[in-house]
Amino acid sequence: MDNKIRQKILFIAFCLVALVYVIRLMQLQIVDDSYFRSAQENVLQEQTIYPARGLIYDRNGELLVYNDAVYDLSVIPIEVKTLDTALFCKVLGISPEQFRYKFEKLKRQKGYAPYKKCIFDRQISIPVYAAFQEHLYDFRGFYVDVRTDRKYAHSNAAHIMGYISEVTDRDIENSNGYYQMGDFKGMSGVERSYEKELGGIKGIKYILVDSKARTQGRYKNGEYDTPSVSGKNINLSLDYKLQALGEELMQNKIGSVVAIEPATGEILAMVSTPSYDPNLFVGRDRGKHYMELLLDPAKPLFNRTIAAPYPPGSIFKILMALTGQQEHVLTPATTYGCSRGYLFVGCHAHGSPLPLRGGIAVSCNSYFCQVYRSVVNNPAYKLREDAYKSFRKHITSFGLGSKLGVDLYGEGSGLVPTSEYYDKIYGRYRWQALTTISLGIGQGELGITPLQMANATAAVANRGYYITPHIVKKIDSKLNPNPDFNKKHWSTIDTSYFQVVIDGMQDVVEHGTAYISKIPGIEICGKTGTAQNPHGKDHSIFFAFAPKNKPKIAIAVVVENAGFGATYAAPIASLMMEEYLNKKHDTRKALYERMIKANLTHKNTNDSAATKTR
Amino acid sequence: MTQLQPKPAKFDWLTLMLYYVFVLAGLLCIYASVYKETNPMIYDNSMNYGKQLVWIGISFFVGLMILLIDEKFFYAFAYGLYGIGIVMLLSVFALGTEIKGSSSWIRVGGIQFQPAEIAKFATALALSKYLSGYNIQFKERKTQMICAAMILLPMVIILFQNETGSALVFVAFALVLYREGLPGWLLLVGIALGVLSVLALLVKPLYIIIGLVVLAGAFLLMVRRTMLLIYLTVGIIAFASAYVSSVDYVFENVLQAHQKSRINVLLGKEVDMKGAGYNVQQSKIAIGSGGLLGKGFLEGTQNKFRFVPEQSTDFIFCTIGEEYGFAGSLLFIALYMLLLWRLLFMAERQRYKFNRIYGYSVVSILFFHFTINVGMTLGLMPVIGIPLPYFSYGGSALLSFTVLLFIFIRLDANRMNELTSGAD
Repeated sequence: MDNKIRQKILFIAFCLVALVYVIRLMQLQIVDDSYFRSAQENVLQEQTIYPARGLIYDRNGELLVYNDAVYDLSVIPIEVKTLDTALFCKVLGISPEQFRYKFEKLKRQKGYAPYKKCIFDRQISIPVYAAFQEHLYDFRGFYVDVRTDRKYAHSNAAHIMGYISEVTDRDIENSNGYYQMGDFKGMSGVERSYEKELGGIKGIKYILVDSKARTQGRYKNGEYDTPSVSGKNINLSLDYKLQALGEELMQNKIGSVVAIEPATGEILAMVSTPSYDPNLFVGRDRGKHYMELLLDPAKPLFNRTIAAPYPPGSIFKILMALTGQQEHVLTPATTYGCSRGYLFVGCHAHGSPLPLRGGIAVSCNSYFCQVYRSVVNNPAYKLREDAYKSFRKHITSFGLGSKLGVDLYGEGSGLVPTSEYYDKIYGRYRWQALTTISLGIGQGELGITPLQMANATAAVANRGYYITPHIVKKIDSKLNPNPDFNKKHWSTIDTSYFQVVIDGMQDVVEHGTAYISKIPGIEICGKTGTAQNPHGKDHSIFFAFAPKNKPKIAIAVVVENAGFGATYAAPIASLMMEEYLNKKHDTRKALYERMIKANLTHKNTNDSAATKTR
Repeated sequence: MTQLQPKPAKFDWLTLMLYYVFVLAGLLCIYASVYKETNPMIYDNSMNYGKQLVWIGISFFVGLMILLIDEKFFYAFAYGLYGIGIVMLLSVFALGTEIKGSSSWIRVGGIQFQPAEIAKFATALALSKYLSGYNIQFKERKTQMICAAMILLPMVIILFQNETGSALVFVAFALVLYREGLPGWLLLVGIALGVLSVLALLVKPLYIIIGLVVLAGAFLLMVRRTMLLIYLTVGIIAFASAYVSSVDYVFENVLQAHQKSRINVLLGKEVDMKGAGYNVQQSKIAIGSGGLLGKGFLEGTQNKFRFVPEQSTDFIFCTIGEEYGFAGSLLFIALYMLLLWRLLFMAERQRYKFNRIYGYSVVSILFFHFTINVGMTLGLMPVIGIPLPYFSYGGSALLSFTVLLFIFIRLDANRMNELTSGAD
């Protein structure tokens, strides 16, 4: 019957539809698993748990850097329904125009959605926060989020501490997905070189959200969450009091001070002036302050101690004296006469002729030009360039001319010219000792950073070796695990050659060029330097260590364009050594006052007044 | 035993069982789709499932009442009900309240309902009565015209109320007319053209043509091949391909941009994150994430956290798909097919033409709703927002589907009584 067939046809049609739907269901639910992932993406939200950044202390446990709570004001636009704009603006201290402008700006932001939380105002002040808290009910849709920022207990050691800042797009790209927009990381100083230790490890919390991104609970009771790991606390090798004194003495001067404990390579003080208050890099005006500092012609952001190469001047004579002995062209008894100079190198008035120890004490230019000449023109070498290479080997064995590997970002290598360098300038075989004679007295092409000077001093103090200088003494109360900071780097000079040189250095302080830096009761060995330079007045340089036996501190001071080494550098070094060794620096009031009052930034007084130099 | 005292035992138990299973399963799904972990109270008047519970009570009661009414009532009052239905539809223009862009609702006291729901079974009754009348031959042109008018009248009124979905439901009556003698090819061509038009806009024409060729190949493999059949199949495929291409061409080149956009949105093709495209995407995600066995009752995250808009009403199937997976969906489709089969079977066993035609109306309407509703959650049908009978949240819809089905159960019960008495 026709109608029975039609019934069947209808039912077959129903079944066909059902079949198509079943096939479709199979495709959606079983074959294609992208829908499952999409569902997870819909409801799962990763929340980052930020670890507390490690604290930074000095070698004696003085707290230098800590974390401080800051309050960000955020808003979920869709929840803002009845807002008393006038009251809101009053509490926040902004004008209605600013309010509207901020909201407009928010709406234009990438990824803006009315149900998403976004930051309305960063780092509101604590009084505003308190006032806001009172009105939180009136300002529905607004939230205050607590975040931590760095806070510096003192305004010292800005270059060493460094600063943290929001990661750049490149950091995010290079971090394999670790960093996200808005994260902070160390950008310079210890904050940068110990980012891994200080930064800790971010944790992840999975939460379930609904279609309006409202939190609905934790995903599987937190089974897949990873806790955050707090950053490790760090003890710097820095002596805060010594550092503070160094910065005080160096105020209104351009230059560097580096003090190292010779036995360990630990940096006790590291002053680079002009400096800045590290707290400028905290808070709402961080960006503004950064630009100001960046544009300051005195370059306060530049860490001179590790990156600025200076001609060492006469302090280089110490290394010359050691090299000469090692090359057997000089003995303690060797005497050279001096008639107010050697060829075109001038000298000052002093007794003549002198043996090695005396030559060091009076810093005789002629003497060390002769030494240099005998080293480079040494007949033991067939070629002058071989003799020079040998000279360079001895010099660089003190850590000069290459990066030492200090644990701070931005170290410079300095310069000790190679023989090839002179080949290029003069042609091969066409130069000899007299061509490069100024090297003998620490001038010429030499470029030595203050850190390298201090390190060389430490090597002399140790009678032949140094340990790579470093600023971090302990991480999480355990000694810095870097094996390089526990290894003796021996120089190529035999230990026996040091005694006469050290005696000479003692003479320098006792009755030589640096008698001004003498401290009763402490045997100080030092050497002044007065480095000619193309930038103006000579740099005042001094390096020293004390006590003579079992040295506890090796120090190098550079004061730019300040004149003789004995004028500024030696007194500053002396005051700092006294502070470190005797825990006081006020026994010589006049000297102290003179150092503090000296203003050598005359060239750009106005600029340095604007910069908060300490 | 007398005809005047129908036995409750003669009611078709399978249909009744399926009805109760569906309604209760539907309630669970509605509960799941509005469930909030913070407020897991079952009975709450302000929430959808609370209201639905009240409506279920009303529906059960009304259903019972219908089973107790003399079956002649429906025959006698068919035209009257149709007339009331049309008047109510028209009254919407005067009294109607606008809900979600559709002005098809009437609010009486605290409750609101759509007269379009009443129009469905009223039209079914009137059509059944007319076609079962003496001297009515469906082959006559006049009869056909009157049938068409009876169906088109409420359809047009509803269209004017911006309820495209409800209006389209009346297309389902074409299946009834097919059973009563409408030439099959006409229906088939109509359906085919409709489906092809929609497909042409949803999928690339090339894929459709490939699909058609595969289907035709499968068809030819299964039947006894004659040259005529092969030619015919190839001809149809060629025509369909040309049609699909031309629809695509007209759509791409003749229509204006805004017209295209409107159609795209209607088809859920244009993904505007606030409209139909978003719904379908989220619906597919919810169903697709259910996997083989589903996430379990109240465990569907998409469902719980409101990712699918309209989930308790038009997208209720998402809850089944997500929480009970492929297995649950399969069971649901199987049970629905069982109901449709049972109703078809019941319709064919009627002695009275009126009963049969009404039975077919019920089947057709339910099938149409099923196809469109489930199809749109699966992204296979355009989003035109009609409920899934017995599952979707919506009081007046549940009530009207209950009335629709129970009238037929009542009519069917009477047939069995007649047979019993005949055997006496």
